[in-house]
Amino acid sequence: MFMIFGKPAPLLFGQLLLGIINGSFYAMLSLGLAVIFGLLNIINFAHGALFMVGAFVTWGLLTYLGIDYWGALICAPIIVGGFGLLLERVFIRHIYKLDILYGLLLTFGMAELLQGLFTNYFGSSGVSYNAPDILNGVVNLGFMYMPVYRGFVIAASVIICGVVWFLIEKTRLGALLRAATENPTLVQSFGVNVPRLIALTFAGGVGLAGFAGVLAAPLYSVNPDMGSDLINTVFAVVVIGGMGSIGGAIITGFGLGIIEGMTKVFYPPGSAVVVFVVMVIVLLSRPAGLFGKVA
Amino acid sequence: MTLFGFSRAQTIAFGILLILIVVSPLVLYPIFLMQVMCFSLFALGCNLLMGYIGLLSLGQAAYFGMGGYITAYAVQSLGVTPEIGIVLGGLTGAALGTVFGWLAIRRTGIYFAMITLALAQMVYFFAVEAPFTGGENGIQGVPRGKLFGLISLNHDMAMYWLVAAIFIAGFLLAHRIIHSPFGQVVKAIRENEPRAISLGYRNEQYKWLIFILAGAFAGVAGGTKSLVFGIATLTDVHWPMSGEVVLMVLLGGIGTTFGPIVGALIVIAMENYLASFGAWVTVIQGAIFMACVLVFRRGVIGEIGHRLKQAL
Repeated sequence: MFMIFGKPAPLLFGQLLLGIINGSFYAMLSLGLAVIFGLLNIINFAHGALFMVGAFVTWGLLTYLGIDYWGALICAPIIVGGFGLLLERVFIRHIYKLDILYGLLLTFGMAELLQGLFTNYFGSSGVSYNAPDILNGVVNLGFMYMPVYRGFVIAASVIICGVVWFLIEKTRLGALLRAATENPTLVQSFGVNVPRLIALTFAGGVGLAGFAGVLAAPLYSVNPDMGSDLINTVFAVVVIGGMGSIGGAIITGFGLGIIEGMTKVFYPPGSAVVVFVVMVIVLLSRPAGLFGKVA
Repeated sequence: MTLFGFSRAQTIAFGILLILIVVSPLVLYPIFLMQVMCFSLFALGCNLLMGYIGLLSLGQAAYFGMGGYITAYAVQSLGVTPEIGIVLGGLTGAALGTVFGWLAIRRTGIYFAMITLALAQMVYFFAVEAPFTGGENGIQGVPRGKLFGLISLNHDMAMYWLVAAIFIAGFLLAHRIIHSPFGQVVKAIRENEPRAISLGYRNEQYKWLIFILAGAFAGVAGGTKSLVFGIATLTDVHWPMSGEVVLMVLLGGIGTTFGPIVGALIVIAMENYLASFGAWVTVIQGAIFMACVLVFRRGVIGEIGHRLKQAL
């Protein structure tokens, strides 16, 4: 058998693929967290729960309304984003003037509430969701077999990350967002409706979590805990990357997914904690994170 | 009256607390009361961090849970006496706090919270994998043993007095820490960190020491709880437990002397009496969390103290 570094090539590539998939989710979620943090100055602890809601909405759209995967790919992020808009208008906007830790506590409560509600209705084992037929099956890449759906997830997440990056770094809307991050009062004095911008940014960031939830639905079991398991790792990713830049969040997300996958090949017991070990190393050498500005 | 640095109102409140500790086992289940006291101790430690130096840790479950595991393991498998077991639990919490605190105090605010959460998640994964914790089953059937090798703790009331003694000692210690010269500097750092630094205080060492103390409180609390129930499980080391203790502090009143105890009482009572509603407990806890942040930031004791114009 073809070997690389003393490991069978299919194993290596298989884990690399899984690593990139995990990395796509880290990237999409930490991207949403970074966008929200930039403008609202809060860390959205409910991000993982909203990711979970996205997956359940995908399932619900098919089960109750007969809307298939492709429809869900559009509808679910909008629904989750709309829900986020509601949360921002009803709850979050009241705490902008407080110590930023209250934002974390408020969204922590939201996460618990959402997770509890879904556990009540669906039980902790959750439901299953199948990818559309066209995305089933595998392709032979020559050096390995790749399930089509996994390739699709990677492509979709790379595209969405690219679009968000472009929106924020290269468009007028993005320039407004960045300006409002730097100095909201000044931007408001130019006639920009900053509170609306903030609300829409939250909705957008949360919609991104919803989109990630749609992608995750056929891949993992759709259950109430799926978000909280992921979000703790994503927080470590955010600490490693620092929340200074959009590009940094994307690169760190994919990079850590790959590192995790490789650890699974070379030292399996370490794979669950490798992200945290990297976090410790980064904290010791670059406390502001790889892409962060010194606070 | 300056007993332990208590104000008049605090002396009265402390007196009421002592009376309640003596009287309540006559009307309430000792097991329930012991649980409340263990969690009070846990919350008192968390309050040192949250209330007095202004650091929000979302990873306190790590010290609580590991303290519980080490005490349970030491008493069950190494055959040590319960008081040694609890001391080992506290040392475990302090040791973990030393290492994690050293890392976490490099950042402040939300980064601090995320770092503590991530480190606690690492401890959780360790607890799932490590052989001595028993994985999903936890460590079960931990004997309470004999205190100092003499007094059997199998009777609930014997255990109750031990827990009460540990709780009162912990409470007085926490209060003493805050009302020492060290505590004054700690509060100065909370109020205005740059000014405290400019006065020559090494803010990081103060933060670190408070973090270690909070870990030790959590470790003792976790260890004692594992002996009360004879079990140490993954629940105690998982992230919702970290949220729960923060909720206790928030609900009772951040930075108050008696708040963590009241917060622990309310949360534990709620869990016990709503246990039959399953996951609704989580929903209600989440809702209370949100309500506290939005409209009730002083907490129960903070609010009472504010009305009476007294620091409680």
